[in-house]
Amino acid sequence: MNNLREERDKLAKEALLGIVGSFYKQFEDQAVPNIVLPTRTKANIEYNNNSEVWVYGNSTSTRSAKTVKGANQILKMSYTAEMLIKEHLDNNRGSTLRELYYISENWDIAKFREQPESDRMIEDLEIITAMQREDFHMRPEEDGATMFGSIRLKETTTRGERIIHCRDDVGEGGYQIPFNVDNIEFLDHDAKFVVAIETGGMMARLIENGFDEDYNAVLVHLKGQPARSTRRILKRLSEELGLPVLVFTDGDPWSYRIFASVAYGAIKSAHLSEYLAAPAAQFIGVQPSDIVDYDLSTDKLTEQDIKALRSELSDPRFDSEYWKTQIKLQLDIGKKAEQQAFAGKGLDFVTQRYLPDRLTEMGII
Amino acid sequence: MAVPIAEELAKKQRAISIAEFFEKNRQILGFDSAPRSLLTAVKEGVDNSLDACEEAGILPDIMVSIEDAGGDNVAIIIEDNGPGIVKEQIPSTFAKLLYGSRFHAIKQSRGQQGIGISAAVLYSQLTTGKPTRIISKIDRDKPAHYYELVINTSTNEPEILGDKVVDWDRPRGTRVEMEMKASYVKGRRQSVLEYLKSTAIVNTHARFTLVEPDGNTIIFERAVDTLPEPAKEILPHPEGIELGTLIKMLRYTDRQKLAPFLRYSFSRIGLQTAEEICKAAHLDTETDPHSIELEDAKKLLDAFKKVKIMAPPTDCLSPITESLIYKGLEKEFSVDFIATVSRSASVHTGHPFLVEAGISYGGSLGKEDRVHILRFANRVPLLYQQGGCAITHAVENIRWKNYSLNQPGGGLPTGPAVLVVHVASTHIPFTSESKDAVADVPEIMNEVELALKDVARKLKTFLSKQQHLSKRREKEEIIKKILPRIAEKVSTILDRPTPDITPVVAKVMGNLLVYRSVSHNGDGVQVEITVKNYSGASMAFKLHDTHQYPVRDADPEPKLISLGNDTDHIWRLDVKPGSSMNIRYNMPFVSDEEATSLPDLIVEGVDEGMVNGAKAVRGFVDE
Repeated sequence: MNNLREERDKLAKEALLGIVGSFYKQFEDQAVPNIVLPTRTKANIEYNNNSEVWVYGNSTSTRSAKTVKGANQILKMSYTAEMLIKEHLDNNRGSTLRELYYISENWDIAKFREQPESDRMIEDLEIITAMQREDFHMRPEEDGATMFGSIRLKETTTRGERIIHCRDDVGEGGYQIPFNVDNIEFLDHDAKFVVAIETGGMMARLIENGFDEDYNAVLVHLKGQPARSTRRILKRLSEELGLPVLVFTDGDPWSYRIFASVAYGAIKSAHLSEYLAAPAAQFIGVQPSDIVDYDLSTDKLTEQDIKALRSELSDPRFDSEYWKTQIKLQLDIGKKAEQQAFAGKGLDFVTQRYLPDRLTEMGII
Repeated sequence: MAVPIAEELAKKQRAISIAEFFEKNRQILGFDSAPRSLLTAVKEGVDNSLDACEEAGILPDIMVSIEDAGGDNVAIIIEDNGPGIVKEQIPSTFAKLLYGSRFHAIKQSRGQQGIGISAAVLYSQLTTGKPTRIISKIDRDKPAHYYELVINTSTNEPEILGDKVVDWDRPRGTRVEMEMKASYVKGRRQSVLEYLKSTAIVNTHARFTLVEPDGNTIIFERAVDTLPEPAKEILPHPEGIELGTLIKMLRYTDRQKLAPFLRYSFSRIGLQTAEEICKAAHLDTETDPHSIELEDAKKLLDAFKKVKIMAPPTDCLSPITESLIYKGLEKEFSVDFIATVSRSASVHTGHPFLVEAGISYGGSLGKEDRVHILRFANRVPLLYQQGGCAITHAVENIRWKNYSLNQPGGGLPTGPAVLVVHVASTHIPFTSESKDAVADVPEIMNEVELALKDVARKLKTFLSKQQHLSKRREKEEIIKKILPRIAEKVSTILDRPTPDITPVVAKVMGNLLVYRSVSHNGDGVQVEITVKNYSGASMAFKLHDTHQYPVRDADPEPKLISLGNDTDHIWRLDVKPGSSMNIRYNMPFVSDEEATSLPDLIVEGVDEGMVNGAKAVRGFVDE
């Protein structure tokens, strides 16, 4: 059944036609075409205490055809909307962000000058319609990350529905998360928690050691700063299935930000925070205290590391006793450690000692 | 018996010649660093050539050639087409400090003390041990004389090492060739190239040729074929005189009586003024000036201040003029805008002076750079000590933001502009002997500020016009290219008829919008004409609606003029900015179809570019 998908396509088309229709109506009403958007600057990003994620504030800006810049944006928005409606939604096709930039080559004066401009246009459309680019069949460039574990799901693809068990039906590479996670329906699972892992090396280590089977865990590869689809699936695992999500990264300030973007959202995609962020996600490690407790092999903090840690001390996402203690400790010891540093204690150390210890400590097992 | 110590010491004491003094203090004259020494020598030579040519009424054609002379040395050749120098005066002109014709004359000239070129000769011999070689020829039919000269530093007298008659291809002129420890630099403001460029800007009647050490030749062509009006010589004005000078004048005058001495030694003192001064000083008009001692000289000086004396005459000044500064800037910079001003003369401490200024803007000048200031004193570029100069201080005193230039943190403004300031005076008050910077004399600073503000205002007017035009162009791009495409695109997507963009165009342009709508009414139609003024000003005009159908119940009533088959219905309207008016009338027995093909409305008395939805025609609309 393609019902879900068709329903979303219909909504997306209506939303895009709504934008175009508002321009048409403005001409009829003798008004200069314009559109109002939240101001997309850092100054207009707020931490929403209720949803515990980053969202846009109240400040708005108007793009009006009174200026050349505004007129061009409205023209390009109209062309983009037409492409999304007629090429994507009507024909059940999709393209990547980069392809959009190339497609616009044929749009004469409406063509985008550089890809960041077309990327921004898609983000604008997301904000105006309160939908996601996946709803317009826009794909990101990067591959989706992978998932591995005892969970069965149904994915609606352009070639029909597929039912997949994410451990038994896939190879050691795991299940490839599609760019539009809302085409997935979770069927059943016997998972107790989810571990989201920063590096491919650690992901492979946990699979090889059979950690998923031993502890009924679903493993999700973050691949560094996670893609939207990865964040979306973590949110759905967290909220739909009620599974605890544990983020396992390196022990350095940049990795803490990976955790923060999973849990609270990122500034660049603040309009989607409520859709992508999983505020219930918890940080499992590597914690600065682990460096001390387990005497891990370390590197020295660089100047940038220290700067990043200091700025995290004033970041509302890290405004808790736990993080303040950990960050201050790290600044004191001046060291950082990779998650694969556990290999120095033996290949089974991470799955037999470290993770069980931490999971017990956190009350997960 | 021991020799008293004072006698011992006395043996060591002796007079120091001026040449010896400068040998030990050459930085005072601008021979401190290697690049600067070259620049100073070139500058002194070129100044002399320009002054000589102008005094002789010759259009200057000056060649400067710099060659590598091995080691740290360069050879400088400066050749002009001036009047030449008579044989007997050649040695003293080049190899005797403080020898010159201009020191005692009160008029505007480039050189003043007669130190310049001799100092270069001195520096040359000190650093290379070589003599300076001069060729000068005063007439086509006269021989060219060749000299090799050095200065005897203990006597300040020329020493002639060579003296002969040579063949020279020039009909007349002077050639100086000297070698010195110096270096040729490029790519900075204090360089021979930039000096000549600056000099060419304010001396549009002169041609300069520069041959660089690598053989590259740069010609600064002249822009005009007429010489500047020569400056006239004047007597000193009593206001600017100092006590010592006054005493010297009293001692050496040929006059036997005080009153005539005053009349004929100073400018602006007539018979009556002379008597008033004597009276104010309690001195007899018959007093012998030679007998006046210090105390009485002081009284005389005080009397100058008590008696009202006219400001000095200003015909001793030779302004470059507004049009020539314009031409100078035009030929040396490719820019979008130039404004110049030549202020009328004023007086500082008894010395007449005037200020001229120019600004060139835009073109290839750097948008983020600090504004370049070209300073000139009596047509001579000032290249050093910019920060210590009254001209720079005057520039800094102006709030450039009021004139569309940035001035981050005060100080010098930034933007794509070059400022030119020329101060001309019989006496330029320099801050030091090397004549690099004008002293902060309030009268001069004030005039410089007024001159700069004048050109800055012109720049501001130009820029606001440009801005207006570019806004207009931008709007035209919107209405001609973008808006129609948006309308077309949105109607294609929605599959609906293309909307009329005329009202939106009028809004974007800030124009007058006129449109007529027709609705069915009984057995005919009702016509409604709407007029909206989107501009920022009131618009008074006549609206013409010309067609063949009879009009009933018109509100307001039009004036009717019969034009054969058609009738012109005319409304005289006055629409305030931002407001609109409606005209209604009925046309019985007219079909909807007929009514929709009515001819265009005509607006009379509004510019074509200011109206949308109707034709515009020129016309006079009475108040």
